[in-house]
Amino acid sequence: MSRIFFILIVLASPVAAQKLTVEKSKVVFFSDAAIEDITAENKKASGIFNQDNGEIVFSIPISGFKFAKALMQEHFNEKYMESDKYPKATFQGKVEGFSKDAPSGPAKAVGKMTIHGVTKDVEIPGTMTKQGNKLQMNAKFMVKLADYNITIPQLLWQNIAEQVEVTVDFTFKPQ
Amino acid sequence: MKRYLLGIALLTFSGLAFAQEDLMKELESSQTGDTDYAFQTFKGTRIVNGHTVETKPKGTLEFIFAHRFGEVNGGLYELFGLDDAYVRYGLDYGITDNLSVSYGRNSVDKTMDGYAKYKLLKQSKGAKNFPFTMTVLGGVAYRSSPKKDNVPAGFKTIDRFAYVTQLLVARKFNPNFSMQVMPTFIHKNAVDQNIEDNDQMAIGVGGRLKVTKSVALTSEYYYRLQVNENSPYKNTFGIGVDIETGGHVFQIVVTNTRGLTERAFITETDGDFSEGDIHLGFNVTRTFQLGGNRSKN
Repeated sequence: MSRIFFILIVLASPVAAQKLTVEKSKVVFFSDAAIEDITAENKKASGIFNQDNGEIVFSIPISGFKFAKALMQEHFNEKYMESDKYPKATFQGKVEGFSKDAPSGPAKAVGKMTIHGVTKDVEIPGTMTKQGNKLQMNAKFMVKLADYNITIPQLLWQNIAEQVEVTVDFTFKPQ
Repeated sequence: MKRYLLGIALLTFSGLAFAQEDLMKELESSQTGDTDYAFQTFKGTRIVNGHTVETKPKGTLEFIFAHRFGEVNGGLYELFGLDDAYVRYGLDYGITDNLSVSYGRNSVDKTMDGYAKYKLLKQSKGAKNFPFTMTVLGGVAYRSSPKKDNVPAGFKTIDRFAYVTQLLVARKFNPNFSMQVMPTFIHKNAVDQNIEDNDQMAIGVGGRLKVTKSVALTSEYYYRLQVNENSPYKNTFGIGVDIETGGHVFQIVVTNTRGLTERAFITETDGDFSEGDIHLGFNVTRTFQLGGNRSKN
């Protein structure tokens, strides 16, 4: 009886071990505009990476972005991102050509990005670094606001760039 | 025993199947611990004349310049009230995200006022579900009119003070619509007891309806309880349009009161809205970030 139980557990466990979850995350966006550079940081992202087939998902709560000015944070949530309606930005895809045996090096994530309720096919180039049983992912890419139907009210005197630079740093650990 | 084994087997294999299922669903199911707090139930710290549940975030200083013209039924001679002006200059500061203090000066009765405002409860959904936001407000107003030399016999400095306590309870029903109820208690150290009591109570109701991302309609009404039958005063009512532009909020308002402290606009409003005793006015705010914005959430 206990032997069968043991076998069943052994059968089940390798599946779980192939997956990594986000332990630490930092997502920064930077808008470089004429009047004012705007930057915000978010440490509340979560994600899962399946080492076996390269599948990756991550989810970033919009209200987790911290700005230097509280008023900007309010505007960001209320006017641009409408985080009441669209509380999360997500990515769902695959790291192309990922191999468990040689995980470090340049990599490319291909899949669907959803921001502000709009889903787009994207390719995100980045790098992966294996450290012990942890895996580090870094990427930098541009997001065009118009692609995701993010409009800036014309009354706003603050100029906001038409595209913002997003930097992503994830550290994955075994689930 | 066999049934037991079958159970384990089913559980295990369903686990196997689940592992190959949508990773996103797995991620979502692991995020049930998040709580989302309602933000910006109102755009500013004032609905029309009175306070909203909003406090200033930590380290932000808001300068409020509020202005009420005379009554529009003053006719052309008064240029429909524009010849007259009553102002209040004020500063609101966020000590923490939930605690704000305020200081102001209103030209009506040459009043100086101070407030402290504390957000006790926050509307939220997710892991922690709570239906409304509740803020408690305490304020003191000191009227420097009449002048020292002109006071009636027996009038002491302490008689210049009035106090207000409010419980502000608001719910953001959806991104566009919020409502607020404000039970209010006002104590005035000196009153004419033929027309009013030292202690007075009122219940206020207010709301906001967003028209666009930057424009909202607001309204506010205070109903006084147990009003003295000789009282010449009316309940205060006001309507406003909020326009937000970057660091500024402009509120254009019409109201039947000229006062901008609770003592004046809740208990001493003399205008009758339906008779045309309407004051046009505006509130302009400008926000400055002084300290860091670290402790949010």
